[in-house]
Amino acid sequence: MYKYDEIDQAIVDERVAQYRDQTRRYLAGELTDEEFRPLRLQNGLYIQRHAPMLRIAVPYGMLSSKQLNKLADIAKRFDRSYGHFSTRQNLQLNWPKLEDVPDILAELATVEMHAIQTSGNCIRNITTDQFSGVAPDEVIDPRAIAEIMRQWSTFHPEFALLPRKFKIAVSGTKTDRAIVQAHDIGMEFYPDADNKIAIKVWVGGGLGRTPILGSVIREHLEWQHALTYCEAIIRVYNLHGRRDNAYKARIKILVKALGIDEFRNQVEAEWEHLKNSPNTITETELARVADHFTEMPYETLPTHNAAFDSAIASNPAFAAWVKRNVHAHKKSGYRAVTLSLKTHGQAPGDATSEQMHAVANLSDEYSFGELRVSHEQNLILADVKISDLLSLWEKARAHGLATANIGLLTDIICCPGGDFCSLANAKSIPIAEAIQMQFDNLDYLHDIGELELNISGCMNACGHHHIGHIGILGVDKDGSEWYQVSIGGKQGNDASIGSVIGPSFAAEEMPGVVQRLIDVYIGERTPEERFIDTVRRLGIAPFKAHVYAKESENV
Amino acid sequence: MSKSNLILNNEIIEDQWTLVTIPVSEDTVVRKQAGKVVLFKLTGEVIHTPEQIASTEIPAKGKVLLPLSVWIAHKDALADRLSKGEIAVWLDTHEPLELLAEQQADLNVFPLISVHVERFADGRIFSIGNLLRTRYGFKNELRAFGDVLRDQLFFLKRCGFNSYLIRADRSAEDALASLKDFTEPYQGAVDINQPVWRRVHRGSN
Ligand code: SF4
Repeated sequence: MYKYDEIDQAIVDERVAQYRDQTRRYLAGELTDEEFRPLRLQNGLYIQRHAPMLRIAVPYGMLSSKQLNKLADIAKRFDRSYGHFSTRQNLQLNWPKLEDVPDILAELATVEMHAIQTSGNCIRNITTDQFSGVAPDEVIDPRAIAEIMRQWSTFHPEFALLPRKFKIAVSGTKTDRAIVQAHDIGMEFYPDADNKIAIKVWVGGGLGRTPILGSVIREHLEWQHALTYCEAIIRVYNLHGRRDNAYKARIKILVKALGIDEFRNQVEAEWEHLKNSPNTITETELARVADHFTEMPYETLPTHNAAFDSAIASNPAFAAWVKRNVHAHKKSGYRAVTLSLKTHGQAPGDATSEQMHAVANLSDEYSFGELRVSHEQNLILADVKISDLLSLWEKARAHGLATANIGLLTDIICCPGGDFCSLANAKSIPIAEAIQMQFDNLDYLHDIGELELNISGCMNACGHHHIGHIGILGVDKDGSEWYQVSIGGKQGNDASIGSVIGPSFAAEEMPGVVQRLIDVYIGERTPEERFIDTVRRLGIAPFKAHVYAKESENV
Repeated sequence: MSKSNLILNNEIIEDQWTLVTIPVSEDTVVRKQAGKVVLFKLTGEVIHTPEQIASTEIPAKGKVLLPLSVWIAHKDALADRLSKGEIAVWLDTHEPLELLAEQQADLNVFPLISVHVERFADGRIFSIGNLLRTRYGFKNELRAFGDVLRDQLFFLKRCGFNSYLIRADRSAEDALASLKDFTEPYQGAVDINQPVWRRVHRGSN
């Protein structure tokens, strides 16, 4: 993974000093709340319900074991010994003290980490596929360009105060796992007809209050121009995006208002001036950064391992875990493994300091000391030998990290919601926990099969509820908490936005509502169909009918 | 004499320019949103009437910093003073630069162009600075005034500004320190137009 040189290190160190002084001035009354607000936000610090929340950047989801150990220590020393991995592939601390944040940032800087631009109206953390570099279907490893983009976007002076937040995702696989269509800019890398790296650029996607999938602004962009083309897009947005209404300030609203063709014309006109300007990426720079992402020192291994095969045959619990949590790898004899942070009855995405240390140790022992955070809020060991899977599973199980539910109903994607977030309409974590308890039987869960359930506590859609096969949104009705349910959303190349099934429900009804949706699916599915396929085939009507049917009709 | 709050390059200097503003009309509307007065979100649509522009008083002597619309309205009458270097213009962040460029092909006739930022969180000023320096080739003093605070100075500098009138209730002295927040920025911008990988040999892994 990318290692800092003196220049990278100086930037994070100078940032710590700058923010320490800003905090000092704020506490001394030299900065008003309003003036301090964008400064702290651009350092990931929110003022939450109970305490500040600090969001730490995990660029494109990559972590070393050393970094994860540091995060575990920070959570223990400055917080309540746990952290929350978010859908932005970041780590959030829920209880730090505002005065401690400069010290936390100084600690982070010692392991080449920071909280720069994890919030605020600026370019946020660039996200990508959690399996980049190891996925068999990968055509281009997007991490080098993602790192170049991270550096370029860090304190980009022209885009320091945009109308609203700005999210970029990059992907280099046939099957999109980075939801590029749901980002302000999505970049899909592919080899073009001349076998050169090219980029298909999407713009104006986003969830939130007005969920929209992005439109293609350019089918073919040479990789050298990744930065200048983004500059053209963001400049048009910076100058013309709405600033009078936060709900209409995202780039998607501008793209929709102008229409993609007019927006494209304006961007292309701007790009005429920016094309080939100094921020054009050079071969040398790409090679320098790509050098940090070279292949791991893999052993030459056979495709099969007899001990592994017999463990699968004799140990159904292990076999179930392998089926759900172990993924294909481009190298023979290797697998990628998802450690589930979705233990039933626990807040999705939460990890204790002890678990973080455990994962760090596992990555040292089995996966070259590196790991990834997925936007589904789990942790990934990307390079595990097949022969190590059984012992890895046993150790992960001892730390509550081996729930065999990846991609299943209880692998719930969930925002912090009303327990922590001051923007929330409703709590989300207790809903996730109640659903996990309802579907606690693993055999049943595996029988239901692939299903993504996403929960957001408000319109801001941090839990990506629009693209959940089942999406749950917290809404406020006369000051009490209700939940609106949608079905038929999906991430990936054939992404779609879910449809709301009808009036919202009270919290205690939710496990039952999900149960009824599942009942319809089980009753209607063809042998090959996943939940989403059945919804797409039948539409929402039969689901709606069953969920809202009077009690007596449901007997 | 009150202390100057104007920074030019890296020094605090006395302002030689007289700022001219358009008189506020009776019926200025305070925009409301959902019943709340929204201060920090700009609509950027304040339009001045021709009467307001016509009734703006321009001091007869000395260096004057005029609103763009006022200069446009009196352009011919001011041509002489412009050639003597007595005329500068300022614009709001919502005013399109094309308006200025249409009227005056060579912006370097102005010793000073100033951009007014109503709320510090309005980042349009950064693109405007950048465009003035790169697209329109403006080389003279480029000033930010209005809600100008030290924590935005580094960005302003990188976008081509070299002059900052710090908000009156804040210290320009203190603000000077923020111009030096970072030593080696990553990306090329106006002040240092090469990105770090073209400036410094970064070696490899
Ligand atoms: S979706 Fe809403 S409630 Fe949930 S974390 Fe985001 S802002 Fe907070």
